[in-house]
Amino acid sequence: MGLFSNRKTIFVDSDVLVIGGGMAGCGATYEARYWGRDLNIVCVEKANIERSGAVAQGLYAINCYMGMQWDENQPEDHVRYARNDLMGLVREDLGYDIARHVDSSVHKFEEWGLPFMKDPKTGRYLREGKWQIMIHGESYKPIVAEAARKAATEIYNRIMVTHLLMDKKKKNRVAGAVGFNVRTGDFYVFRGKAVIVGAGGASHIFKPRSTGEGMGRTWYAPWSSASAYALPIQVGAKMTQMENRIVLTRFKDGYGPVGAYFLHLKTYTENVNGEEYESTWYKDTKAMVGDYIDRHPVPTCLRNHAILKEVAAGRGPIRMVTKEAFKDPHLEQVGWENFLGMTIGQAVVWASQNVDPKHTNPELTTSEPYVMGSHATCSGAWASGPEDYAPDEYQWGYNRMMTVDGLFGAGDTIGGTAHKFSSGSFTEGRIAAKAAVRYIQDMGTDEPEVSEEEYENFKAEVFRPLETYKVGRNEIVAGTVSPSYILPLHGLQRLEKIMDEYVGGISSGYMTNDWGLNKGLEHLQMLKEDLEYLGAEDLHQLMRSWELKHRLLASFSVAHHTLFRKETRWPGYYYRGDHMKLDDKNWHCFTLSQYDAKSNEWAMEKAPVYHIID
Amino acid sequence: MPTFVYMTSCDGCGHCVDICPSDIMHIDKTSRRAYNIEPNFCWECYSCVKACPQNAIDCRGYAEFAPMGHSVRALREEDKGTISWKIKFRNGTEKDFVSPIRTTPWGSIKSPSDYDVPGPEALISQELAHEPDALNIKGGLPALERKQLKKGFRKGL
Repeated sequence: MGLFSNRKTIFVDSDVLVIGGGMAGCGATYEARYWGRDLNIVCVEKANIERSGAVAQGLYAINCYMGMQWDENQPEDHVRYARNDLMGLVREDLGYDIARHVDSSVHKFEEWGLPFMKDPKTGRYLREGKWQIMIHGESYKPIVAEAARKAATEIYNRIMVTHLLMDKKKKNRVAGAVGFNVRTGDFYVFRGKAVIVGAGGASHIFKPRSTGEGMGRTWYAPWSSASAYALPIQVGAKMTQMENRIVLTRFKDGYGPVGAYFLHLKTYTENVNGEEYESTWYKDTKAMVGDYIDRHPVPTCLRNHAILKEVAAGRGPIRMVTKEAFKDPHLEQVGWENFLGMTIGQAVVWASQNVDPKHTNPELTTSEPYVMGSHATCSGAWASGPEDYAPDEYQWGYNRMMTVDGLFGAGDTIGGTAHKFSSGSFTEGRIAAKAAVRYIQDMGTDEPEVSEEEYENFKAEVFRPLETYKVGRNEIVAGTVSPSYILPLHGLQRLEKIMDEYVGGISSGYMTNDWGLNKGLEHLQMLKEDLEYLGAEDLHQLMRSWELKHRLLASFSVAHHTLFRKETRWPGYYYRGDHMKLDDKNWHCFTLSQYDAKSNEWAMEKAPVYHIID
Repeated sequence: MPTFVYMTSCDGCGHCVDICPSDIMHIDKTSRRAYNIEPNFCWECYSCVKACPQNAIDCRGYAEFAPMGHSVRALREEDKGTISWKIKFRNGTEKDFVSPIRTTPWGSIKSPSDYDVPGPEALISQELAHEPDALNIKGGLPALERKQLKKGFRKGL
């Protein structure tokens, strides 16, 4: 250890340990207290829960609300919708579970003070679309954070969790987590009887379109650093559908949202000649995916696919026709407030470029890929389903428990459940927390114990980039080039380039194949070895170092899953050039992976899909 | 930049440092005022802009694609329960918007501990906190039957 051996270690005991204080983590913290009145409930957050996670800057819509009280939708309808959008493959048991509970979460948000728009005629929540309701959500996150603060025994802000701890006595049982305080540099050992991972999905594993000052304006938050996946992967939890990355069609440069434009403002898209283009690609798409192209609504990936084909044919860019809608001052107001409420950067881009949608039809683009479990995609951990109806193959313990005992997840962390968004992630946090409280009750006195050897080893590993930098820095005069270390930004840019060029990013038109994936994995392995020589100048860069390590581990998983699934299931998200068709005969299944940290090997398998039949 | 801090307005209070989700607002040791240490990890989320008591923080769009001469200003007033926006285009066009941010007093949310303690049978049920009441539906929490889920591919699903 040398230089850093005198670094302080702080021990924190908890019953329920919640990692990540975003929507899922706040939901988990709240629910854990409701069921566990005398439990010690601790929530750990990398930033400050007041403004953390994907909802930090606010939202203008809640995208998952059934409206069962007005018989607008039933949970089954949402399952069918998500299944359809994900080309047949979702965990319908988990999706139904979120859908049946989500309305109660949303009603609580209103009671807590979140301003909802109402339909003046009916008095109901104003619908943006079949599933979306409109809110003034600038303070969505501060409001939800207030509820979590009221519920928690203690919230620890500014602590980056780097690893989970395993029980010393029982195999495959979680016992806590370790991390460091990004302000003080103290090392934290959290002991937890049950651990709920509610961390963020992954931006910045594929090279973004903007690589200079604008690289922070990724569609998904730059602080979503794949901890949702890296933490469970490290301890051997099984992951599912990690190949199912998502590409978003959004306004150019700012990645401003299009949902309200399509659904509420009734704007539509056209090619550069002012023509409708989706029908041009109907036959071509049908040849690839069969009758999935005939579904309503058309799956998100297939709409992307038509855009990519049209642009490649030289008739781009695709533009949003806003001039008509924006003649109505109310719709114009909605159009702008939509950005100000959740993607202010898009308003900045348009103001800077004099793009007034009243006079110009703005350009759209397709984003770099992201890995997440909460949007129109469903990467994440393989989790046990609800006790009352999940099939045996989906049930081995408590609801939302991963394949590691005592390790629960919610939000971006849990795979197979697309279209949960903010409200569904919060709700899944609630589901996981209630199950975790039951788990703790059933555990009795058989409590997990952390191993001193394990956390001391992690302590040395966690702070190593500071030491590497300090020693190596003396070798060189000045600057960023050293023979002894690379900086976090160097490593991040290499990761993004590998993923972009070999695993289906923007520069290859989202295309990859067997050879490229294997080559990509080879480069990822060399990057992994090089990250042993990461140099961090200060605690902030130490945080960037661990974000990078988490992103790298998630990237391995994405590449292995993409290699395993020998078909093109989601054209418009990515293409396997050597298997360009959707193949229901062989691949109407989930892909599962398990990483063995000791041998550095990934085991792949298939798992069956269950559908609601009626 | 994207966000930057005006030297004459900032008093170094650190609210922005405390709130930034990306941990990029830090205090400059020489001037003892805040600045954005890593503009390329800024999401332009405006958390720092909204939190600044001195209105000392502004945003200059990413140099990579945003021409100069624009401004998007925010004023978040918790006591009034509103956020006000002023957008100024490069060509001088201006647009103003005001939105509500909260309908209840700050700090008014009840702790889950303030509700009646649920019985042991409730813990075993599938109902979450405040359910079934908070669902506002008759007939209780919906559920599937096990037999409704069937294994494998079925055409049309």
